[in-house]
Amino acid sequence: MITAWLMAGLLFTPLAWAVLCLLLDFSRGRLVSCLGITVQVLVSLGLWVAVAREGGFLYGLGGWEAPLGIELRVDGLAVTFILLTAIVAGACGLHASVYLAPDNAWYRYFWPLFWFLWAGLNGVWLGGDLFNLYVGLELLSLSAVGLVALGGGINALRASLRYLLAALLGSMAYLLGVALMYGQFGTLSIAGIASLLPETQALVGPGMAMALMLSGLALKTALFPLHGWLPPAHGIAKSPVSALLSALVVKASFYIAARLWLEFGHELGSTAVAQLIGGLGGAAVIWGSWLACRQSQLKQVVAYSSVAQIGYLFLLFPLTFAVSDTASLQAQQGMTLQVVSHALAKAAMFLAAGNLILATGSHQVAGLAGVSHFLPFSLFSFGLAGVSLMGMPPSGGFAAKWMLLQASLASGQWWWIVVLVAGSLLSAAYVFRIYQASFVAKTGVDDFYHPPGSLEVIPLLLALMSLGLALVAEPLLSVMALSLETGGAP
Amino acid sequence: MSLSALLPPITLMTSLLAAVLIFATPEHRSGLRTTINLTAALIKLLLVAIMVWGVFQGVDYHLTFTMLPGVAFTLKADALSVMFAGLSAILWLLTTVYAVGYLEDSPNRSRFFGFFSLCVASTMGIALAGNLFTFLLFYEMLTLATYPLVVHRGTVEALRAGRTYILYTLTGGAVLLVAIAWLHGLVGDLPFRQGGHFQQAASDLETPLTLIFVLLIAGLGVKAAIFPLHGWLPQAMVAPAPVSALLHAVAVVKAGAFGIVRVVYDIYGIESVAALGLLEPLAWLAAFTILYGSVRALSQADLKRRLAFSTISQVSYIILGISLFGPIGTAGGLVHLLHQGIMKITLFFCAGNYAETLGIHRVDELDGAGRRMPGTSIAFTIGAFGMIGTPPLAGFITKWTIASGAIAANMHWAIAVLLLSSILNAAYFLPVVQRLWFREAVNDWPHERFWGRLETSAWLFWPPLITALMTIMVGVLASMPFSPLSWAELIAAREYLP
Repeated sequence: MITAWLMAGLLFTPLAWAVLCLLLDFSRGRLVSCLGITVQVLVSLGLWVAVAREGGFLYGLGGWEAPLGIELRVDGLAVTFILLTAIVAGACGLHASVYLAPDNAWYRYFWPLFWFLWAGLNGVWLGGDLFNLYVGLELLSLSAVGLVALGGGINALRASLRYLLAALLGSMAYLLGVALMYGQFGTLSIAGIASLLPETQALVGPGMAMALMLSGLALKTALFPLHGWLPPAHGIAKSPVSALLSALVVKASFYIAARLWLEFGHELGSTAVAQLIGGLGGAAVIWGSWLACRQSQLKQVVAYSSVAQIGYLFLLFPLTFAVSDTASLQAQQGMTLQVVSHALAKAAMFLAAGNLILATGSHQVAGLAGVSHFLPFSLFSFGLAGVSLMGMPPSGGFAAKWMLLQASLASGQWWWIVVLVAGSLLSAAYVFRIYQASFVAKTGVDDFYHPPGSLEVIPLLLALMSLGLALVAEPLLSVMALSLETGGAP
Repeated sequence: MSLSALLPPITLMTSLLAAVLIFATPEHRSGLRTTINLTAALIKLLLVAIMVWGVFQGVDYHLTFTMLPGVAFTLKADALSVMFAGLSAILWLLTTVYAVGYLEDSPNRSRFFGFFSLCVASTMGIALAGNLFTFLLFYEMLTLATYPLVVHRGTVEALRAGRTYILYTLTGGAVLLVAIAWLHGLVGDLPFRQGGHFQQAASDLETPLTLIFVLLIAGLGVKAAIFPLHGWLPQAMVAPAPVSALLHAVAVVKAGAFGIVRVVYDIYGIESVAALGLLEPLAWLAAFTILYGSVRALSQADLKRRLAFSTISQVSYIILGISLFGPIGTAGGLVHLLHQGIMKITLFFCAGNYAETLGIHRVDELDGAGRRMPGTSIAFTIGAFGMIGTPPLAGFITKWTIASGAIAANMHWAIAVLLLSSILNAAYFLPVVQRLWFREAVNDWPHERFWGRLETSAWLFWPPLITALMTIMVGVLASMPFSPLSWAELIAAREYLP
């Protein structure tokens, strides 16, 4: 019974907070939202503990079972991502409540959009059928676009329009695929389609649908070469918003793509497609990191680093197709670790970058001179997050890289090792470029603005979580592996 | 969980905790910072001493937990690890004392000592790691923690050196990661074990094992500064003297050398390395590096750079010793792990003293410095003679043991290398000593400072004298129990027992 309440708390209360905040101005919305964040974090934690103890389950919304009602899949992976969302979004919300100045009238829309975004994310993690996932994705994209435009000038508008176009195009391709699937199978449930697929003779229709859905999702996830919209949008948004977008929003569309691939890939995929997607991911790693090295603006460096880090995720496709079960499992574990660690590290990094920009008053990398002397704390969070992005131990990024290396070795696809190694060296290049800028000696007095402690603590905590992730990776992975049938953690 | 399982992690946490506390210490509270530093260093020394005694008695210090699927995080103390841990614990204490004096009144001391403690924590982790995976964790952590120390001064030159350093070490780390992951995928998680794992290596694994060995040595060789992977070391000399002393003479290069020892003896096993035909090439590589470093040291005008090239040469004695098949050669290599650390840190302390007290950085400015700074110059002279291999100093014990090992292993060419190298050592150290004692000071010192009664600050004065005394003692008392040589022989005996 308690889980029913928790489930309701996950999906509907964010919507309720959103509506409530619509009626209030920024400062009052802030009060309500801080309360809301506390509630959501507790609810997510409760559900995570419940599933870790008793295993996953299917939950019919309002007591209606599929195919009539909406059915939610509550498995170990979903609750882990829900908990991740609660931690990261909560941190970004708290950071934003101090970071955003209440005198800008537009900021009153921050809280409603923030809560709609959260609701959309939870919907995607839990969705069990293609259409629900679409609804969650749309809610997510539209509120994300709104957040990018929020309180910015003409450049922010331009970036958010570009984002909107990409998001809509992606959604349309996805929806078209969903429609084709429904026409063929008469059901939208992912599990239902997966059970019908092996008996289907004509695979052209579903194959087409799969291609459409995957390309739509790739566009929304900013997979190379469809990444053009991401750096301007993530670079220009307010720092807490950039953090939300890079840490969570792009992961949602990737999560759907990964689930489609793992459920349908055996029938509808081919080695060529798997290698092609992996190749694009590899290209994203190299190209994104290379461009990140060449940016002169701090937040652009971080944004291009997202393009690269997303690339790693797409190595899941070749590493799970037509390989041994061991390799496939290792790849999935590597992927989930990468999602979690990148979410924590990138959120920390954007928030810390926001603090640094606030402190130096400059958006340039070169503006960081003297920071390590006068503002060691802001730099420290940024630096620790960078350790995870580089994939240095003991961070989550390292754990993910290790698992992906093992998967590449076990499946005999050694070329991904080259991508993994080159990617981590290139990411070290852009991270160390920023360290280096901050270590430049600057004589004279401390003319930096010192951000309040609450702004400094939040990214530090996120960065520490990301840094220590590898130490708790094993228990975390054992919860993530809990499927619907298995009960209880070992 | 018993206390003996907890001792290695507690030892590790001592410096980690010290790092956190020091980072949190306000810049101007230097008394508090020094107290934290010295307390942590003393506690660590005590803990390591307990473990040395325990390992001698045969206590098993071992802690392990699964970190990632199929991979364990393992800390354990065996004879080899407490040897390295003991070296860094003793020298950390002395270098901390030295660094407090050296960095007096300079900016960013909290940052410096924080990362300094992190470095020591990483070194401890490397010493106490129980498998390659755990070793890799701390090896990479050492890279990250040393970077801020190399670029500490924030000058253009320091930043450039930092870039070179990071380029070399991260690439080395990546190669090491691939090698360890490959080995892990091939045979699973291998704990370090005396005698190694591949005595009866299946013949179908021969090619991958050979390739992995080459990758492992290449990855570790960067930090151990084996030719041609040594380029970062001379450049990194822009760092403050305590950093050069502890890290570049001891922690970083030794981490690489120590890793090679682990791979050769405790992963592959010396017999299987020999069977794969890899031992002899390793010995040749080490021999070449020994001569190359010495030849390059001859032409260096900057004192610290001369010492850096000497380090490149001296660290390869360790590699040469362990790649001579037989327990005597092994003992010679291992004992040099300690001896070189003690001698080289003496020399770097002295170089720092000349720079800090008289503003001297170049060899040709040293004329007559012996009269102005007799204590430091005596220490330098002892260190230099030790390096050359004058009996009964530390370096002589090393060279004698390695030479005996070479005869036992029937690799007589190694003796020629040792002789040639000793001549070269003399050729680049004796002119320095001669300038110190037998020439008159012609000009004023470039930048002289005074500290009352002593020739320099007391914090700077005592550490090199203590390590110089140790250089003499480890040589004279080499056959006593618990001397570096007896300990190295103990390890070597355990490695070759079936």
